Amino acid sequence: MIAIVDYGMGNVASVKTAFKNLGYEVEITDSFARLEQATHIILPGVGSFKAAMDEINQRGLLEPLKELAAKKPFIGICLGMQLLFEKGFENGISDGLGFIPGEVNVMETEYILPHIGWNQLNIENNNVPFADFQDKHVYFVHSFQAKTEQKYLVATADYGTTIPAIVQKGHVYGMQFHPEKSGEVGIGLLKAFLEQTASIGGHVE
Amino acid sequence: MIAKRIIPCLDVKEGKVVKGTNFIGLRDLGDPVEMASSYSKAGADEIIFLDISATNEGRQTMVDIVRQTAEQVFVPFTVGGGVRSIEDVNRLLKAGADKVGMNSAAVVNPQLITESSQRFGAQCTVVAIDAKRVGDKWHVMTHGGSKDTGIDAIEWAKEAEARGAGEILLTSVDTDGVKNGFDIALTKTVVDAVRIPVIASGGVGKPEHFPEVFKETDVSAGLAASIFHENTFTVKEVKDVCKQQGVNIREA
Repeated sequence: MIAIVDYGMGNVASVKTAFKNLGYEVEITDSFARLEQATHIILPGVGSFKAAMDEINQRGLLEPLKELAAKKPFIGICLGMQLLFEKGFENGISDGLGFIPGEVNVMETEYILPHIGWNQLNIENNNVPFADFQDKHVYFVHSFQAKTEQKYLVATADYGTTIPAIVQKGHVYGMQFHPEKSGEVGIGLLKAFLEQTASIGGHVE
Repeated sequence: MIAKRIIPCLDVKEGKVVKGTNFIGLRDLGDPVEMASSYSKAGADEIIFLDISATNEGRQTMVDIVRQTAEQVFVPFTVGGGVRSIEDVNRLLKAGADKVGMNSAAVVNPQLITESSQRFGAQCTVVAIDAKRVGDKWHVMTHGGSKDTGIDAIEWAKEAEARGAGEILLTSVDTDGVKNGFDIALTKTVVDAVRIPVIASGGVGKPEHFPEVFKETDVSAGLAASIFHENTFTVKEVKDVCKQQGVNIREA
């Protein structure tokens, strides 16, 4: 069973269906017992960094998420990816989950914000498993972006500045765009995440 | 770079997709969820539902349509039409809409834009503006383009942005239904006046009208209804023409 972490930040119907269509059972839950049972943890999210971390803390999810990320395939989507980093600067400074070194700041670009729409992926570091996604379009909606080390980048997008689009450290992944709103390409990217993490507990069906 | 978006719009009345919004000679075209799904598979970058239901039952049906669409369609979709209050916005977002469009209600009560943006975020707050040329200006029209509010459309677009709108859906009442192309002058003026994405609407009769508006203005997206519904042209044909003319589009 794949668990989508329920912490009241954004609609997850499409995320749930995307994984269901890939052949998995999916549960939306904030129960640690249920999250413990899951093969994979999905951290979604729409809203502000600070509000999201406040929700995670209030629901007592901070330590459980840290425990889960240490042993299970884990993916943060959109705001959920931003939370993987150490600090966020949206509505004041707040600590993130700290799974990947880096910070989240407002995008510095001459283009209009939010960055809404379909933008192309540039695969970084000659990443082989994601090589087929070079130049593919995925759907972004955000005004803040991560800043991290080159080695954690799987893919970036260009919007007058280089935006980390897919990040990875071990079996913890993040996608800044919405794979569940990115058509066939998005579903393919979720599948790639499942395949890449299959060896550590998750199985591909 | 970011791709220009091609957006089919579905007019939904009492749970069915209908042709035309003018209530004269409405014709059933089919099931909104099925049509949205087939457009998304055909390469639509986004779908817009415009609810023109006249009854509460119809609007409730729209919520069910939104819920089903969220489960079956893997591109973003916006719902507009009949959005009167912050509770309407909340209900549609909760059902799974990515964005909610507000039109007349925002003109009557601009605070609705502010509230929606603060509570749900700019990214899901779309302000729809119907504009008509009056002398050397454009006026905001309501009631399906029939009532002149006297409000300057460019100033209204700026106010919508200042209040936190994340996007403007701009329909030219002058070109809507004429099929002779988008209203370039209006679109260019609004796009140049704001720093948020604008969707151009009204006037598409053939695929070439899309590259025209993308080349002559910095608009982010173009919307059309009838050319897609009547199977005159497919989304793919529109994208092929855009690509031939050097417009950056997403190849699905």
